[in-house]
Amino acid sequence: MSTSTINRRHFLKIGITAGGGLILGMEYLASCSPSGSNAPAAMQTLNAFIKIGTDGLVTIMAPNPEIGQGVKTALPMIVAEELDVDWKNVIIEQAALDTDKYTRQVAGGSGSVRSSWDPFRQAGATGRQMLVNAAADKWKVAPNTCTTEAGMVFHKDSGKKISYGDLVEKAATMPVPKDVKLKDPKRFKIIGTRIGNYDTKAIITGKQKYGIDTKREGMLYATIIRPPAFGQTLESFNQDAARKYQGIKDVVTFDNKIAVLGRSTWEVMQAARSIKPVWKDDGTLESTADYKANFNKTLEQLPKESKRKDGNIKKGLAAGTKTFEATFECPFIPHNPMEPMNFFADVKADSVELYGPIQLPDKARNTIAEKFKIPKEKIKVGMTRMGGGFGRRLMTDFVEEAVAVSQLAKAPVNVIWKREDDMGGGFYRPMALYKYKAATDSNGRLIAWHHHSVGVTGNTSREDNFPAGAVPNLQVDTHEYKSPVTTGPWRAPIHNYIAFAEESFLDEIAHGVGKDPVAFRLELLEQAKAQPVGKMDYNPDRYAGVIKKVAQMAGWGQSKPGVFQGISAHFSFQTYVAQVAEVSNVNGQWKINKIYCAVDCGTIINRSGAENQVEGAMIDGLGHAMFGELTLTKGKPDQTNYDRYRLIRMREAPPVEIAFIENNEKPTGLGEPALPPVAAAIGNAIFAATGHRLRSQPFMNSEAVFSVQKQQSEV
Amino acid sequence: MAVFNLTINNTDYKVDVDPQMPLLWVIRDFAGLTGTKFGCGIAQCGACTVHLNGDAVRSCSVPVSAIGQQKIVTIEGLSEKGDHPLQKAWEEVDVPQCGYCPSGPIMSAAAFLKDKPQPTDQEIDNLMSGNICRCGTYNRIKKAIHLAAQGGKS
Repeated sequence: MSTSTINRRHFLKIGITAGGGLILGMEYLASCSPSGSNAPAAMQTLNAFIKIGTDGLVTIMAPNPEIGQGVKTALPMIVAEELDVDWKNVIIEQAALDTDKYTRQVAGGSGSVRSSWDPFRQAGATGRQMLVNAAADKWKVAPNTCTTEAGMVFHKDSGKKISYGDLVEKAATMPVPKDVKLKDPKRFKIIGTRIGNYDTKAIITGKQKYGIDTKREGMLYATIIRPPAFGQTLESFNQDAARKYQGIKDVVTFDNKIAVLGRSTWEVMQAARSIKPVWKDDGTLESTADYKANFNKTLEQLPKESKRKDGNIKKGLAAGTKTFEATFECPFIPHNPMEPMNFFADVKADSVELYGPIQLPDKARNTIAEKFKIPKEKIKVGMTRMGGGFGRRLMTDFVEEAVAVSQLAKAPVNVIWKREDDMGGGFYRPMALYKYKAATDSNGRLIAWHHHSVGVTGNTSREDNFPAGAVPNLQVDTHEYKSPVTTGPWRAPIHNYIAFAEESFLDEIAHGVGKDPVAFRLELLEQAKAQPVGKMDYNPDRYAGVIKKVAQMAGWGQSKPGVFQGISAHFSFQTYVAQVAEVSNVNGQWKINKIYCAVDCGTIINRSGAENQVEGAMIDGLGHAMFGELTLTKGKPDQTNYDRYRLIRMREAPPVEIAFIENNEKPTGLGEPALPPVAAAIGNAIFAATGHRLRSQPFMNSEAVFSVQKQQSEV
Repeated sequence: MAVFNLTINNTDYKVDVDPQMPLLWVIRDFAGLTGTKFGCGIAQCGACTVHLNGDAVRSCSVPVSAIGQQKIVTIEGLSEKGDHPLQKAWEEVDVPQCGYCPSGPIMSAAAFLKDKPQPTDQEIDNLMSGNICRCGTYNRIKKAIHLAAQGGKS
């Protein structure tokens, strides 16, 4: 359960638009401190901007970057609901970066809807009240005798009615009401319905522009040659042939990189092939096998300080009547958004324009200001709709490169990465190794749990998440392994792998003590509720709720001949998700027939978008668990395009069945939480079917189970 | 460098480029039609799918010199008003998440529906497995293709 406390003050600015409409500029300051590891580090502030035209059309700005998570549609739905307007009269515009006006402009941490819910509702409701007050004043009646519906104000007794468009000019002169009443959720007409993605029409006709499509007067396309292995530096190169290639305008070098600029994308990419740079390194570059060996060595010792300690882990393990141990290997994986990295930059003497796909536009501006010594107010940042990101566009390396190239070439540039650059370019999900130990007592109760991990990142654990809180003796120990390979958040960071490790291990323990895996989890959650141990991020009742729901959906425990089930559940971004995977053997191959999923994300804003996020996250989690692995040979990625790096394809995507727990809780994260549980649901189903425990990803490497499927898709 | 005369969406274009330049980049950078997307450059992801005389091809792997008189149709030319049964179905089913690649699967499906107007699930699986959707909307894509095949009646 989220224990957020939100203190809010707000003020509104009113003005008349050039066209005579009303502008409600709403600024809300919300201090928000949800408990748990997903809590934002700093205070969050948020701001919306609404325009109502005299024609009754309502323009709602979408301040957050749209990456496919659906916020460009979902956030304006919240405003439109409280404002009480007809959705067909709503126009949505993507805002540029302006943190004075729109404070939180972020696509990350599954946070857009949960941080916008309260202030966006207030924004809509305040606007509605002003329009009601204007009508009441005009008709000389009490405002509380007026009602609204679909952009109209009504006065029942007199039968009068008037449209918002006819009221906006008057409303703009009215005082701003305070403490307006929000709608009873029972009266929601837009929230919770199915509304199509606002940009779909543009997308399906090829009109929607992405960053890679940016073209401006005088702009040059650029490609960059980067060191092929992590840890290498540039020694020398010859640019003569490249400069002679058709359409090439310039070649520049910076930061151990070489940029080739010209009139078209393919020409710069072709010309770059003629440059054969000489790279050097210090001879210490590591391969995948080195990481594995060094990780194992690291885990021979405990770190100086634990992340979490409950009870006494040594005594707890020693007191067990049964003990369990398991090791889980997590590979590096690239993000692989379909739109490769790209960014437009135009560096002029006194200003910089940046335009492109970015999850953290404010961070990009700050980084550029600092690195290139340019005043922040001279940097303009525009956001394009993004062709995916999955965390990769939380980085700013591609923006920094575009600025460097534009500055050196003295021209506006669009730097476009090849797939090979994108996949080989780092900021991967960190490679990691997890070792677990656990003990149960004579009643089969979990009395000790030790998490010991190492990875190429700061924290490989989520130490206050389940089963923490349910186990009397629990310890979490992590090590950071330093490497020149760059890592970063990958959709549901850490959760995306730890859910596999822990939900597989819990399954193993349940089977080991002869308990049903669903009952075993529910028993632990009862324990966490009755006698909680230490800090815990989750609400045991809501956690148990999704497990019970999915068990019911899947007919858990009922006999289905030839079908084997596995359960998994995980809590992340304040959302609870439980899944049951079903596998069966078809002509000697294990096939995933179906995955059931129950989600508690509080109030659903856009049911179509919500289902799409959940289903997409499940397929994404399945695909990467099955096939995702990036290996290194002396620091150089072995897979740099889809011929050697396999992504899930249509024929491998099973049907899914999704149910939401219907409640009026505040909305919680949804872009990520359905991904983490998938892998263990499959692994546990495979165990139920074969007795073989999957402990490493990708699963296709487990020849005992998936040997036949290891072949590449025939496409 | 060589001059090529191309017909894209019934409009004539004249370009002076390397004969080896893939059609994708002629369409995007020279004809200025950006609905056709770059995903991998090696015919693995299908984001660049266009029609050549009605057949679906991966434009990233067809050199411009191989086009000759063949008529090119891109997503922008699939229908005049964006109302091809597949486009309508994509909207109805609310398929896209990030929305970057849909021109690929739509163009692939539009080509095969001409030969297989009533495809089965398995046929759709086989015919569409050359198009990657990184957002994982495969089940909705399949549903939209069935919907289009049934004349928009679900």
